[in-house]
Amino acid sequence: MNLTFSPEEQAFREEVRRFLADALPSDIRERVRLGRHLRADDHIRWQNILSEQGWLAANWPVEHGGPGWGPVQRHIFDEECAAAHAPTVVPFGVNMVAPVIMKFGSVEQQQHYLPRILNNQDWWCQGYSEPGAGSDLAGLSTRAVLDGDHYIVNGQKTWTTLGQHANMMFCLVRTDPHAKKQAGISFLLIDMQTPGITVRPIITLDGAHEVNEVFLDNVRVPVENRVGEEGQGWTCAKFLLTHERTGIAGLGHAKQALRHLKSLASRMQHRGNPLLSLPSFRQRVVKAELELMALEVTNLRVIAAARDGGVPGAESSLLKVRGSELRQEISELTRRALGPAALPFFPEFLHGDASLDDEYAQGAAASAQYFNRRKLSIYGGANEIQKSIVAKTILGM
Amino acid sequence: MDFALTDEQRMLEETLTRLVADQVTPEQRRAMLEAPAQGASPLWRTFAELGLLHMPFSEDVGGLGGDGTDVMIIMQALGRCLVPEAYLFGLVMPGQLLALCANPAQQERWLAPLLEGEHQLALAWQEHTARYDAFDILTQASQHDGQWQLNGRKDVVMNLGNAAATLVTAQLPNGKLGAFIVTANTQGVTSHTYRTMDNQPAGDLTLNSVTLPLENCLSEDAGDALAEVLALGRAALCAEAIGAMETACDQTLAYLKERKQFGLPLATFQSLQHRMVDMHLHLEQSRSMAILAATSLSLPADERDYKIAAAKAYCGESARFIAEQAIQLHGGMGMTEECYVAHYAKHLVMFDHYLGDSDYHLETVSEKLDAA
Repeated sequence: MNLTFSPEEQAFREEVRRFLADALPSDIRERVRLGRHLRADDHIRWQNILSEQGWLAANWPVEHGGPGWGPVQRHIFDEECAAAHAPTVVPFGVNMVAPVIMKFGSVEQQQHYLPRILNNQDWWCQGYSEPGAGSDLAGLSTRAVLDGDHYIVNGQKTWTTLGQHANMMFCLVRTDPHAKKQAGISFLLIDMQTPGITVRPIITLDGAHEVNEVFLDNVRVPVENRVGEEGQGWTCAKFLLTHERTGIAGLGHAKQALRHLKSLASRMQHRGNPLLSLPSFRQRVVKAELELMALEVTNLRVIAAARDGGVPGAESSLLKVRGSELRQEISELTRRALGPAALPFFPEFLHGDASLDDEYAQGAAASAQYFNRRKLSIYGGANEIQKSIVAKTILGM
Repeated sequence: MDFALTDEQRMLEETLTRLVADQVTPEQRRAMLEAPAQGASPLWRTFAELGLLHMPFSEDVGGLGGDGTDVMIIMQALGRCLVPEAYLFGLVMPGQLLALCANPAQQERWLAPLLEGEHQLALAWQEHTARYDAFDILTQASQHDGQWQLNGRKDVVMNLGNAAATLVTAQLPNGKLGAFIVTANTQGVTSHTYRTMDNQPAGDLTLNSVTLPLENCLSEDAGDALAEVLALGRAALCAEAIGAMETACDQTLAYLKERKQFGLPLATFQSLQHRMVDMHLHLEQSRSMAILAATSLSLPADERDYKIAAAKAYCGESARFIAEQAIQLHGGMGMTEECYVAHYAKHLVMFDHYLGDSDYHLETVSEKLDAA
């Protein structure tokens, strides 16, 4: 066994690093570094640059315009992007709906949607969760009734991330209320301009407008916008959940956050010494460092298995649980490291374009991010759901 | 980056796993522990025939040149069945110190028979006053009239009673660390043997004006070699703990599926499912750390010691967590001598006391944190 990257992989890392140093606009890098929210235009500008480089669709096969990377290269790319303060690619189009369209979509759907995703022409959002269907996603009740060559869709979706910018939504709807709950679900692609759609912001406890409610009131969706057969929606949803989950630990983000924490705690002073030398604080940083080391090797084990043809299954649940816990712990320590400077809250700076004295700018996002990161153990299947998945699929309980 | 075993390594793992599963059942293990120690056991002779005793040593001292992964495979298999043989403490660690610093004549006398299974040795590096520190010791050695004289006390020397000779570390007048070979019948040597909480043979060794001929000195500067041996020992212990954690988890899971309360198997209760998953998460994360340790042995000393300290600290805490949960999930049964998982729990808790505990190793990580 060995844990070292091959010379080719190391050369690839260098190539990515050089590209990021040259191509990432400094204003975007600065916003990410300071933890300020990105504007829609920031995302699009960066994704256009990636697209031009041919690196936007990191998960796609070459025939659809992907770079043809394997799991190891994707891992290196993610890690370098996080280290360089590059924005995370908005995943709903390129990483989520695209693989479903490739796997279950018609040739027409593939020809229409995939190039538009690659060119950033469409901004996709996800219509999965509902007020009554969170962890129990298959209990969703948004109804789609066939009326000639259209479905009439009625219901409500929620936690729709960045839905305020989206022009397209992939949506799970119930087409057969009498079938067993998973069997009655279909997968629809919905144009957000269609009459009857209302998007209403949800402001999260960090003051951010990241998620939305989407109301669907007699929305007419052409039948040709259904992906796969009627009643096959749950299969698409499950495929999407198991597809490419090797990045789920958020390892690159955890590494970057821990580097930032160590540097911050070395600068912050406690009775004339760096905070990092205060034993109780240092101990927690050491523990986080250990957890990161373990998580990195576990992540590499899963990546190597994927590279060698395995399908990461319930291991991704493990990565998700431990990765989210670690990132939450680091965000907690980062907030603590600031001491009283964690108290002032500057929403106009974090979410808007207001400027702020450097004294406060460097740490302005810490408290907000701490609260924002609580989502990590809730979304994408809460950690308790992940544990039940491991209990069932790995342990046979 | 590669986590796959080679064909030879897979074969080693299969052969050894089958052997110990067959030869070290709970009943056989009890009998082995009760049998008086009289030279090599039948199992040890089988180890010798399989080449296991040669595996961890380099080819230039007559070994098979196995690496950290080979040692990991062996230790993990031994840990799964709590095999009561002093593979690490009686063979690997003292043998590796001989391989690193003994001269050819000393190797011929002590290392060659060790590899053939003709005797076992012990390594006496630990002293209560220094806790887990191998270098800040009180035992002294100095030369007088062409002989060495040793004074001091070595504590909790593993495998002491079964060793044909013990390798003893001592502080030299120049401040360097010396390593000596001491036999039990030497005048001034007293040993007091006992078993540890997890049923391994150990003892204390008192050296009262012990006089040794010059050829019993292995090295007058053994510090780096000892650090290397301790690193190997710690990585090996992590691997052994992984094997024991696997079995403790397997047995607990089997118990939850079989034991019924309120008319239902315990495995159907969600709070117990999640507890069992937490044990599994600790095991998998620790396995990653044990792999990290096993693959770090050939790194430069600083980097090696950082990663291995991290692994030992991490595995120490996970081992205790798994042990405590295994007892808890077995309920009252887990408290009994008769319940096999209790023996794994004892070993997993006491694991932290061998070759430095979590506090000791966290300090090593902490000291190097800023540079990392």
